[in-house]
Amino acid sequence: MTVGLFIPCYIDAVYPEVAIATLQLLEKLHVKVEYPAAQICCGQPMANEGDQVDSAPVEQHFVETFRNYEYIVAPSASCVSHVRLYMDAIRQTPEVQQVRRSTFELVEFITDILKITEFPWAEFPHSIAIHNSCSAIRSLHIAQSTEVMSTPFDKTAALLRKVKGLKLVTMDRPDECCGFGGTFCVTDEAVSASMGKDKNADITRHGAQFAASTDMSCLMHLQGIARREKTDLEFIHVAQILNGGPYSRPNNSLTKEPGNSNIDGQPSANSKNKSHVL
Amino acid sequence: MSFNIVHPEKLAAEFLNKDKQHEPQHDEHLWTSRVKRDKEAASIPEWEEFRELASRIKQHTLTHLDQYLEQFEINAVKHGAVVHWARTAEEHNQIVLDILRQHSVKDVIKSKSMLQEECGMIPFLEKHGISVTESDLGERIQQLDKEQPSHIVVPAVHKTKEDIARLFARHIGTDPNNTDAHYLNDSMRKHARPLFLKAQAAMTGANFAIAETGSFVVCTNEGNADIGASLPPLHIASIGIEKLIPTTEDLAIFIRMLSRSALGSKITQYTSHFSGPRKNSELHIILTDNGRSKRLGMPEFWESLKCIRCGACMNTCPVFRRSSGLSYGAVYGGPIGIILDPTIDEKKYSELPYHSSLCGSCTEVCPVKIDISGQIRQWRRVMADHKRLSLIRRLAFKAGAAVLSRPKLFRAAEAGAYGSIKLLPHFLIYNNLFNAWGKHREMPPFAKETFHDWYQKNHENDEHIQD
Ligand code: SF4
Repeated sequence: MTVGLFIPCYIDAVYPEVAIATLQLLEKLHVKVEYPAAQICCGQPMANEGDQVDSAPVEQHFVETFRNYEYIVAPSASCVSHVRLYMDAIRQTPEVQQVRRSTFELVEFITDILKITEFPWAEFPHSIAIHNSCSAIRSLHIAQSTEVMSTPFDKTAALLRKVKGLKLVTMDRPDECCGFGGTFCVTDEAVSASMGKDKNADITRHGAQFAASTDMSCLMHLQGIARREKTDLEFIHVAQILNGGPYSRPNNSLTKEPGNSNIDGQPSANSKNKSHVL
Repeated sequence: MSFNIVHPEKLAAEFLNKDKQHEPQHDEHLWTSRVKRDKEAASIPEWEEFRELASRIKQHTLTHLDQYLEQFEINAVKHGAVVHWARTAEEHNQIVLDILRQHSVKDVIKSKSMLQEECGMIPFLEKHGISVTESDLGERIQQLDKEQPSHIVVPAVHKTKEDIARLFARHIGTDPNNTDAHYLNDSMRKHARPLFLKAQAAMTGANFAIAETGSFVVCTNEGNADIGASLPPLHIASIGIEKLIPTTEDLAIFIRMLSRSALGSKITQYTSHFSGPRKNSELHIILTDNGRSKRLGMPEFWESLKCIRCGACMNTCPVFRRSSGLSYGAVYGGPIGIILDPTIDEKKYSELPYHSSLCGSCTEVCPVKIDISGQIRQWRRVMADHKRLSLIRRLAFKAGAAVLSRPKLFRAAEAGAYGSIKLLPHFLIYNNLFNAWGKHREMPPFAKETFHDWYQKNHENDEHIQD
């Protein structure tokens, strides 16, 4: 099985450590991974605006880049939900349909395709609140939403429970939207920021040190708010926890921006897991 | 009829920035309804089946609407009601005025009706010298404050007790500093009673109209529709044609879901069935279209006609809770408003579909399973297709498409991102929007080396399927 790794643009530019964690984790799970260099974007930013005309060439490029892979995996529920559920600005050829069907978010790929439940190397002695994104919950059904009256499940939590030392914390509103919403976060700035503040407060109120998510886009927004409000809350992608890092940037000569404390300086888990940093 | 385009994000920001009380209280209040709804829904093991069934009953009725409407009329007439048909809001209002004039009515008492709101009935009647008093407490508050209802079930939920105390002090002479709910409620009751007694006609809406029996059902928690309909010798009910359901048996399922979805209570305090006029009285029913049959003909958007106006989508909507219903600048706010209002005026409401984070919660609470968030997405496509995207959106996304489908351009732009922090993520492309990010948020911590570059360095000799 060869997996094509799709790294959304904001992870590529802002959180490369999440991409590295995803790559390393998949390799640890004995998957052959390739990162096709021509990749860019899945078209979601335009499609979410309703702009089918402008999303079409981007969607086409995505399909051309990934058409030869058995599976396409991305550490982003929101991009994957676009590809699987909404990527219809282009003609639905068998090839397009095949690519759409074969695209998976990391947690669901591990859970449903690889069916792996053990991560013996992973250790993270911190308390974590899981922020499954709206795409993860209501589009990809990685977790059961609280609105629907059916048996609760949470694939992200199920994986994280296998991590040594990790303590899961429950929020008052576990699946309330964080307010990112793509362009919404700037075009509806006041509402978006208010939702983000409430989300951070809910996480902090329950004593979590970290918000862990399948989606860095939500976390980028929440992190921006937390840093502005000068709170200690930290943000981490599920892939980093499951892989045991890396927790900081590949090129460490980088001077730390105020907005990027990540968990540098966090004692226990960090020093131990730093061995995974390149 | 296009007025200025409504900008919900601006009105929402005003509500949020008002003070530290209104928004948090509004959010908490509605969230509590959502939590109670979850609890009540969970107490019915077959809840999800109910939703499916209710949705199908509505779909069936809407696809045979002509037959059910005629059946309803025949049966209602058998009971002695007079049935009128109104194609538009204007026709509806004129019919009401004509009936009132025939009976020399000067004062009307009315219970809650979103349809009458939609038709702009009160201003119309007042223009013709008829005084109209809202009998629902929340509606009365909104009427005194000359505002539209901000929520279809709890019309004044965006107001604090202090707001109401001040409002009542101005209008009915209560103590502006006494915010005790019982005191305020009682004062309004004393004030409204004489108006109830004086009215020569009562108006109501209807939650459901049953074709099989020709009767209609009004659900309230205050009994205000009943007192209205029991006193004066004339009762006029405005009923939107989508309110039809086939049988009384079908009603059961809706009654079990309506109040549970709305406020998380098992049932409304009053569920009143009206079948024909009381003795020595008249009952007039106005079956009103006002855009509904046009909506029924919209292949992508007809589903919104299933709506039973429970307000659950508003309670659950994180955007609605932060912005209040008035931010939608329309009779219908919240998720249901976003998908209804553009059918009424596409240009005026062209920004509404963007007042959503597309979280999808509305779709999952809706008791009749309208895919509200899917329809919001669909409306965005319509707005983009019809070139209604604001300049900001267009500029941002034209630039995006050019760069995001061309690897070389993209990598060049990305290389510039770290230095100038200009391009990425995509929504930061446009500089004016950039400031919006920074108002409450620190900048994303751009990395010095992208994953792409790191991978090229570390895996340059790998063989690739794609190469
Ligand atoms: S759209 Fe659904 S949830 Fe919203 S008010 Fe109508 S019936 Fe209730």
